[in-house]
Amino acid sequence: MVGKTIKKWWPLFVLPTFAAFIIGFLWPFLWGIYLSFCKFTTVQDVTFVGFSNYTKILIDKTFSHSFWLTVAFAFISSILINICAFAIALALTKGFKGTNAFRTVFFMPNLIGGIVLGYIWQTLLNGLLSMWGQPLLALSAKNGFIGMLLLLMWQQIGYMMIIYVAGLNNVSPDLIEAAKIDGATSRQILFRIKIPMIMPSVTICTFLTLTNGFKMFDQNLSLTGGDPGKQSQLLALNIYDTFYARSGPQWKGIGQAKAVVFFILVVAIALIQLKATSSKEVQQ
Amino acid sequence: MANRKKSIIPTIILTVISVLWMYPILLILINSLKVESAITTSGVFSLPTSETFNGIANFIASVTQMDFLKSFWYSLVISVMSVILILFCCSMSAWYIVRVNGKLSKAFYYLCVFSMVVPFQMVMFTLAKTADTLKLNNPYNICIIYLGFGAGLAVFMFTGFVKGIPMEIEEAALIDGCSPWQVYTRVLIPILKPTIISTAILELMWVWNDYLLPTLVLDIKEYRTIPMAVQYFRGSFGHVQMGPMMASIMIDIIPIIIVYLVCQKYIIEGVVAGAVKG
Repeated sequence: MVGKTIKKWWPLFVLPTFAAFIIGFLWPFLWGIYLSFCKFTTVQDVTFVGFSNYTKILIDKTFSHSFWLTVAFAFISSILINICAFAIALALTKGFKGTNAFRTVFFMPNLIGGIVLGYIWQTLLNGLLSMWGQPLLALSAKNGFIGMLLLLMWQQIGYMMIIYVAGLNNVSPDLIEAAKIDGATSRQILFRIKIPMIMPSVTICTFLTLTNGFKMFDQNLSLTGGDPGKQSQLLALNIYDTFYARSGPQWKGIGQAKAVVFFILVVAIALIQLKATSSKEVQQ
Repeated sequence: MANRKKSIIPTIILTVISVLWMYPILLILINSLKVESAITTSGVFSLPTSETFNGIANFIASVTQMDFLKSFWYSLVISVMSVILILFCCSMSAWYIVRVNGKLSKAFYYLCVFSMVVPFQMVMFTLAKTADTLKLNNPYNICIIYLGFGAGLAVFMFTGFVKGIPMEIEEAALIDGCSPWQVYTRVLIPILKPTIISTAILELMWVWNDYLLPTLVLDIKEYRTIPMAVQYFRGSFGHVQMGPMMASIMIDIIPIIIVYLVCQKYIIEGVVAGAVKG
């Protein structure tokens, strides 16, 4: 009945969102796919070139480098963030004094934007590196990579910790008590009860950290800017760089083609994750 | 006694980690109070002495030279307008999608979910062109772009919640003579209030800190949001004045920390709600 009554009210209820959705997402998305098959510098002179942009990606060495760098970065950061966040969440659910204060502190970096975070860590890490006589962030790709890892961990551990704390608080105390009476050690309780019970949180956190790692842009731009010589460029920054920093009429088309490849990569990762989630839901 | 001993050591460890956790922000605060010559790459760790202490001069320089108050105003306008628009339009759409539940509304729902996964680089060039053509390239119209790009998350959160509301409440209101608009404003919004707060926080965190979208859409010479201003002055000047730079970072962080300490409960609940739905 409600459905029938409000159905003819669509110009008020759905149209504004849908119109904005077309302007802000759908039209640019479809147009972007079309442009990935074209050579263009402005939107006025577009010539269709078929798949040549995609084949040119393979020649561009900066792309394959940043592709594998991004894959490595996303997986390493995801694992490290999840382990640290889970460890802190375990400690915070034991009921120590000042748990709320710790939670407040750990979550705070998450609210600061990526650009500002990058400059905060650049100041700190360059200070440390010069004290230890090491090459600065802009001069060493290895230090840049480690710097980005530290930065992202600092930013995201708090967020994931909150999700883990919520998950751990939902584990029924009866279950743990029953296990204790049956003689389970605290290690057994952790691996046989707590971790299996919070698998939904694990899946969400892995999903979030993986996609955030793949999509990271702001922090990369401000912390290292891709230096030295594009060696610390992750995919998102590489695409941006191809679009706006390279001269030559072919680069915008190639950049758009790279963006399509990047999009397919992220969607593939997301779908694999979703499948993992649904297979776990069946078990429960 | 044994129990108390057990809890002291982890508390100490956690305290140490917490202090380290706050150190990067503290470091910027210390440096924002020093004179220019004392902020060198290796000298960032020294505390300000009576010679190198600069008071709030860096903050004044940051506000006057970088036009930081203007940036603050633009960030505020864009964030507040976008979030209000997103909450309003998306909660209406979500209600319609769930109750009408036809093929078209389902298709729209799946498109919204899909848009959450797509990386921004995929649409950045074409979106900027579209915004230029439609004259959405100023701080007062950009909220329409944010509504379009932020609709995914909001529609997803709201539909998840509306599905759990019993339809009988709305039916009763309709039978009693409410128009659909009245049902939405008088019945649905009060029920949706917790989700509205959660969604508002998630969207606000995104819009306030967003860098790339406003950079590509707005004219950087005329309008700069805070992340744009920080990147602009750091990235494009040959010689960067580090003192005002540190001060502007602090001006960005301080309001965030204040809002966070005041609304902490809602922010953390919002994150949990977003994760459970997501």
